[in-house]
Amino acid sequence: MSEGRIRIATASLAGCFGCHMSLLDIDERLFELIERVEFDRTPLTDIKHCGPCDIGLIEGGVCNAENVEVLRAFRRNCKILVAVGACAVTGGLPAQRNHLDIGACLQEVYLTEPSLSNGQIPNDPELPLPLDKVHPIHEVVKVDYFIPGCPPSADAIWKVLSDLIAGRTPRLTQGLIQYD
Amino acid sequence: MNTFQLDGEEIPFEPGQTVIQAALAAGHYIPHLCYHPEFVPHGSCRLCTVRADGRPTAACTLPAQPGLKVESETEELNDLRRTLVQMLFAEGNHFCPSCEKSGNCVLQALGYDLGVLTAGFRHFFLDRPVDASHPDILLDFNRCVLCKLCVRASEEVDGKGVFSLAGRGIQRRLIVSAESGRLADTDVAVTDKAVEVCPVGVILRKRVGFRVPIGRRRYDLRPIRAQALEDAPRRPEHRHE
Repeated sequence: MSEGRIRIATASLAGCFGCHMSLLDIDERLFELIERVEFDRTPLTDIKHCGPCDIGLIEGGVCNAENVEVLRAFRRNCKILVAVGACAVTGGLPAQRNHLDIGACLQEVYLTEPSLSNGQIPNDPELPLPLDKVHPIHEVVKVDYFIPGCPPSADAIWKVLSDLIAGRTPRLTQGLIQYD
Repeated sequence: MNTFQLDGEEIPFEPGQTVIQAALAAGHYIPHLCYHPEFVPHGSCRLCTVRADGRPTAACTLPAQPGLKVESETEELNDLRRTLVQMLFAEGNHFCPSCEKSGNCVLQALGYDLGVLTAGFRHFFLDRPVDASHPDILLDFNRCVLCKLCVRASEEVDGKGVFSLAGRGIQRRLIVSAESGRLADTDVAVTDKAVEVCPVGVILRKRVGFRVPIGRRRYDLRPIRAQALEDAPRRPEHRHE
């Protein structure tokens, strides 16, 4: 580990990894980034547990017990926690089930759906238990900054990251704020 | 000509004009949602709240008066406006990534312009089924902000009274004036002003939603504060900036 580098961790909770793809879309700015930072837990390093970090980027909302655990570990370890993308910020697509009963959803998908034969609701102890509602991450832990968008543009992610790395308060300017 | 002050600048007005009418005509934007230049002001969304001689008032219903001192572009008022936008987002189901109005939506554009990054409040996640009964028009109640523009347009312009608001307080909701409650059983037409005027994604013309791609729409190209000035009736001397 190099001294003086900013440590960043990232995770996708109830997300689609689209925000991570958008992070990679900063293209050649990745070279600049890698000069300044060291990655801790992230799908890019395949490190499984988050250690002490400067910045944590969370994609996706909170839909199950494992999401809660990962999110709390990020909050414990990261000085600055950023909600990246519509799902982390609002619950997003997974939260579109929130007006439905979770039991009825599971029943519909695994039992009633006509294409299934001998369907059963998954019950393996290794599977994290789903929550009855999907939550934006700020309902579970304190969040320092928000980047909306589905996904946020690479420019928006880069603006916030480069501001934070430079020690500035991140500011999304006109054109970088988008909700779609 | 009579003038009042808006953020320290003299704004000319004609008798009978409201503060927002005179401000827009003179090329000064005041954020607004339920106000529309073509309709009698409703004064319900409070986005256009200004301080007039120190008192918070909706600029769309406030008659312009000589010597009035109006503050609009202040951190205090924009904070208040941000909170109003956040509450509207939390109250409805505004899932922008799947909404075909995205990029043309006034609520969204206000959020962009005011720098709203999160709804802040707990989302209600209400169950509001859509009404797809009409062959040409989709009615998605999830996104209604109760601006009453469709109600006003249907009554005043179309002469039909297809839409109304029912219930009070948090129960307030948009309804369709038909025994069945279905849009198909009204005399609404796709060419109605009520269909055109919806500022959010509630009343949608079917089969045209993605004719203009996401990213190249009205408020994707320019912020609402610039677009609103272009849309509003302007005084000739303020038309080109």
